[in-house]
Amino acid sequence: MWWNTILLALRAIRRNLLRSFLTVLGIVIGVAAVITMVTLGNGATRSVSDQIASMGSNMLIVMPGQRFGPGSGGAPPFRAADVEAIRNQIASARWVAPVVNRGSAAVYQASNWSTVITGSNSDYFEAGNWKIAAGRGFTEAEERAGKAVCVIGATVQQKLFGGQNPVGSQVRIRQFACEVIGLLQGKGQSAMGSDQDDTIVMPLRTVQRRLTGNQNIGRVIVSVQPGISIDGVRQQVTLLMRERRNIGLNEDDDFQVLDTRQIAETLTSTTRILTMLLGAVAAVSLLVGGIGIMNIMLVSVTERTREIGIRLAIGALEREVLLQFLIEAVVLSALGGLVGIALATGMSIALAGAMKVPWLFDPMINLASFLFAAAIGVIFGFFPARRAAGLNPIDALRHE
Amino acid sequence: MSDPALIRLSAVTKTYGQGQVAFQALKGIDLAIEAGDFVAIMGPSGSGKSTAMNILGCLDIPTSGSYEFQGVRVEQLARDQRALLRRHYLGFVFQGFNLLARTTALENVELPLVYRGGAAPARHAAARAALAQVGLAGWEDHTPGELSGGQQQRVAIARAIVTRPAVLLADEPTGNLDSHTSHEIMELISAFNRDHGLTVLMVTHEADIAACARRIVRFADGRVDTDHRNGGTA
Repeated sequence: MWWNTILLALRAIRRNLLRSFLTVLGIVIGVAAVITMVTLGNGATRSVSDQIASMGSNMLIVMPGQRFGPGSGGAPPFRAADVEAIRNQIASARWVAPVVNRGSAAVYQASNWSTVITGSNSDYFEAGNWKIAAGRGFTEAEERAGKAVCVIGATVQQKLFGGQNPVGSQVRIRQFACEVIGLLQGKGQSAMGSDQDDTIVMPLRTVQRRLTGNQNIGRVIVSVQPGISIDGVRQQVTLLMRERRNIGLNEDDDFQVLDTRQIAETLTSTTRILTMLLGAVAAVSLLVGGIGIMNIMLVSVTERTREIGIRLAIGALEREVLLQFLIEAVVLSALGGLVGIALATGMSIALAGAMKVPWLFDPMINLASFLFAAAIGVIFGFFPARRAAGLNPIDALRHE
Repeated sequence: MSDPALIRLSAVTKTYGQGQVAFQALKGIDLAIEAGDFVAIMGPSGSGKSTAMNILGCLDIPTSGSYEFQGVRVEQLARDQRALLRRHYLGFVFQGFNLLARTTALENVELPLVYRGGAAPARHAAARAALAQVGLAGWEDHTPGELSGGQQQRVAIARAIVTRPAVLLADEPTGNLDSHTSHEIMELISAFNRDHGLTVLMVTHEADIAACARRIVRFADGRVDTDHRNGGTA
């Protein structure tokens, strides 16, 4: 009985090729859309969280000025003494790195590249989770003396040295020559979308003397000891800075302390919301696909009812008819689901490559959309048939 | 004690609906049909001939009375048992042909054999032989849409006889056909009755079609009105 019923089901599929094709198509589009969207969303979330991890965790960024409100530009910058105060008075601070940025062109032989010069100390590499790929970082003597040495990012290496080992070469920045002593391992895009590897890091004093010409410090990066409450350290830093900057009790801060964990949470929750939104849009297309299947099945119900009447009249048992229709629905839905998954895999790999986000296989969403598609196909393929198979064969034959 | 009759209806009634709207389509039918006979059931619309045919075809059961088929009380059988009885002993030809659309003649004829089970090569051979018997050799791969009405009815006859049933039930088999084609179809059905001893029950309202039968039963108002042997073709 099984084999013959499977045969009848396959014949019915072949006989109604257009109907079968449309049913499968509805499922394919729905399944492929949901899986592609969610897979890309997951990839984007992962890429954002990877970038945040590469930024360094448990980090506070102290900047002069307020993000909002008038007059923020007038806030005094930090000085080396502020950095020393943080280093000496905040016990939980593990790394303290003052940072000054200045855009400048860098020249090596015939190559010319406009990049960001970062002035800092050796804590900068630790706090920012930078690894030295070749050469070395700064020595304390070099920092103190403000020597013209630099560690370059992977992008700068590509643009100036064409991927060759740059250590020991001289790079010219404005009026001075600078010896490349190290190469940073690449980190890729930042969470904000900028290229973190497009930088040249020099001792702070070198940048202040030769490029900015003042003692200002743009921001201070404070890396907190692991296991210490970052909120507590943040408060300590805030209090210390208020004191050092003589801010009265009722006055607002003229600086801000950002917390990377906070930034991370904001960004990942944003991408997660985006993923859910995309998933919801795609789920609508799965639903529309399901309604399409329902339409096709209901339109063909008259013909199918007559067909069931014929089968019953020539001696088919009700359960044989039901089994045939069930197999038909399952075969079409499963086929649609599998093609949908295959299509989604291909599309999401291609799109993930184009969008430069990692491709993550999510078995749950694959399984869930497959089951949903199968359920739609089976429900709408099977239930009209079940009603018809319960009819008296004569009534089924007369069905108009 | 074996009953000589293949089919025996005793005091069969059929009532549709209940209470005020109840309609009694059959008001007590007694009818015995012997194997090998060719019976035409005639009568005006609403006389109950189609209802009787559905009961005889085991598609419906009587409200009261008994229906014995080869000594089996059909009205006591469950739905699936009646389906198996149809599968093994009955063949149907309908007015509207009732072939599966977009399905080749061969597959249509093969369909009852698929439900019976059996090896595919044997099924194909039997279906081809049945199509050849109705004069459609060479038309195996055509779908109903590519066949004329007469040809479609021939496919339907091939489907009905491919299982070598005990009884062929034909409900207005020529109702959708022109008179020339009708006579060809009747020739075919008569030939199966004459040459293979196939018992045929046929509902018709056309006197010249009924003339092909050996016995004519006239229904009127839910009862058997007249029942006589057809001298001309007997």
